Amino acid sequence: MNFYFFRDFFFSCVWEVFYPLDRKVTARIQYRVGPPWYQSFADLLKLFGKETLIPKNSSVTMFMLAPFLGMSALLVSGFILYKINLFNMPGFLGDLIVMVYLFTIPSLSLILGGFASSNPLSSLGSSREIKLLLGYELPFMLAILVPVIQTGSIRFSEIIQFQIEHGAVLYSISGSLAFIAVLLSVQAKMGLVPFDVAEAETEILSGPLTEYSGPLLGIFKLNKMLMFSILPLFVLSCFWGGFGNVNPLINILKFLTIVVIFTLIRNTNPRLRVDQALRFFWFKLSVISSIAVILALGGM
Amino acid sequence: MSKNTIIPIGPYHPLQEEPEFFKLQVEGERVVGVEINIGYNHRGIEQLCEQKSYDQVTYVVERICGICSTSHPFAYVNAVEDLAKVVVPERALYIRTIIGELERIHSHLLWLGLAGHFLGYNTVFMWSWKYREIVLNIFEQISGNRNHYAMMKPGGVRRDIDKEDIPTILKGMDELETKITMLKKAIMDDPVLHARLKGVGVLTKEEAINYSALGPVARASGVKIDVRKDEPYAAYDKIDWDIIVTENGDLFDKVVVRILEKLESIKIIRQCLKKIPSGEIDAKIKEIPPGEGIGRHEAPRGEVFHYIRSDGTNSPVRHKVRAPSFMNVATNNTTVIGTNVADAVIVLAAVDPCYCCTERLYVYQDHKKVMDANELIKLSQERTEELRKKLVV
Repeated sequence: MNFYFFRDFFFSCVWEVFYPLDRKVTARIQYRVGPPWYQSFADLLKLFGKETLIPKNSSVTMFMLAPFLGMSALLVSGFILYKINLFNMPGFLGDLIVMVYLFTIPSLSLILGGFASSNPLSSLGSSREIKLLLGYELPFMLAILVPVIQTGSIRFSEIIQFQIEHGAVLYSISGSLAFIAVLLSVQAKMGLVPFDVAEAETEILSGPLTEYSGPLLGIFKLNKMLMFSILPLFVLSCFWGGFGNVNPLINILKFLTIVVIFTLIRNTNPRLRVDQALRFFWFKLSVISSIAVILALGGM
Repeated sequence: MSKNTIIPIGPYHPLQEEPEFFKLQVEGERVVGVEINIGYNHRGIEQLCEQKSYDQVTYVVERICGICSTSHPFAYVNAVEDLAKVVVPERALYIRTIIGELERIHSHLLWLGLAGHFLGYNTVFMWSWKYREIVLNIFEQISGNRNHYAMMKPGGVRRDIDKEDIPTILKGMDELETKITMLKKAIMDDPVLHARLKGVGVLTKEEAINYSALGPVARASGVKIDVRKDEPYAAYDKIDWDIIVTENGDLFDKVVVRILEKLESIKIIRQCLKKIPSGEIDAKIKEIPPGEGIGRHEAPRGEVFHYIRSDGTNSPVRHKVRAPSFMNVATNNTTVIGTNVADAVIVLAAVDPCYCCTERLYVYQDHKKVMDANELIKLSQERTEELRKKLVV
């Protein structure tokens, strides 16, 4: 246990601080004042102080374990990303693939939690999440291939280094196409409108989260907040040169731009039905991603 | 045969704030059956009205609905005037029309916002409720109240619309027109909304007639009914306006009808303010003769029907209220079948239901009333007590 441990721990966990931005921007779009910046954290604090209720027929271990599974995956990915971006850690071979793998775990945790709680609405939400997962993974992976092809590496630090030297992936045709595909599939990964089918409040209460309460629900909320900053950072690293610019202000601006794009998409669309979402991912976004990959192979 | 899952919507569900219960039988995500249970509210309004004097009843029926709070008084005063054969002063009729149409605008805006919320489109929710404020402010200026305006009175209206208020109302209408046109464009051009709403929850013209659907629900299905035109009252026959009818009967058309009706209401209000004559606003009814009276009003949700029977005393012997949701909620029986669960909720909400206005409860056996309001209240209190004891143990 030394200073570095605490520093790393702090930086892995601190990503949720960007979440209030979402609520504030949303409020502005909707002509509201919006909550104070600490509101999300106050909500979390309140949830952690509450009783945990476990439904009678649930499989208790899975029910309890699910939120932590998601959180651990997110913390690890947050750790890798910040290390590479802020402290120029060389990373390890294939860390990009590990990240892509880690990002499916929060969705899996949601699915497990929903099925474990043995509530018809939760099961419905979980099955929707499965369908959605099947939908967005394909365009997401294809689009991530574009920076890999362009930079010729599956190591994050090298991808960023290449972009610093040769310009961001985003500035090429294939890169911008892939960027759009990644933005939309990440939107679904984070479970935001128009792809919030799994938690559609007015349709199936909260889907997989219906039976959750207290600290366990708090962890799920925390996962959501973490995702809201870690995934934009991932997109930034893959497509826009990460935190590679000499001017840290520009880096932060880029990061916030991506965060705000997610918020804007979320506030200017109604929710899609799950079959429409699937069709959108498979027949539209996957095509765009494939075109991007082909263009990238052609060197554009 | 495979066993169907039951998805309960209600009695407490974030979809609607009122207690209602739709048992959806679901195969996968497709709805194959629906059971509608309403009747969670008992408020004893009709019974209460029979104990009040004619002037007080206006006050009571205003409380039937919080959203369309002038619809019931409007229909009620029509019924009383029908019963007493009163000629209402012209100016009062125009004021009633203005109030009724202003209410239609704010009620439809409220529904539009809620529909947005049901679709997860919270921006529409917030925006349309913000524009609703314009109407509410006008109401506050005219009547002093934002929601229960208390303008109706048998024989006339309670308050006059001041000359100084008219420019503000007109200004409000101009503002609303631009805002509603903007919303209309935003909604009609949104491809995602098209994908969600077009061809979903279709109520065919035939079914609309069979189920006796009313108001915007019927008009979206191509049934051209509107009490304001069919049996004109107030100043509706002196004004130039159209019934909005669309043909498809799907959710998208229900949205379109309601948006276009708002613009039509603005048109009516403008004409009323131009044509409004000066003079008395109250016919000052002295006494109510024995007899029967029927009053109808086209509320934002459809036709409101009031029936009054008098025996010449100070209060009605029988007062019957029928709210439009009573007819419209039943149409869910056909519209919801075959839709996706995701669509089912918005289909259920598309009739703009108002359960508290709809529900009545008496217990009859062999044409004799076996339970009245007080007994029902006692029953409910006992049940609550029982539940409380159970919860403590």
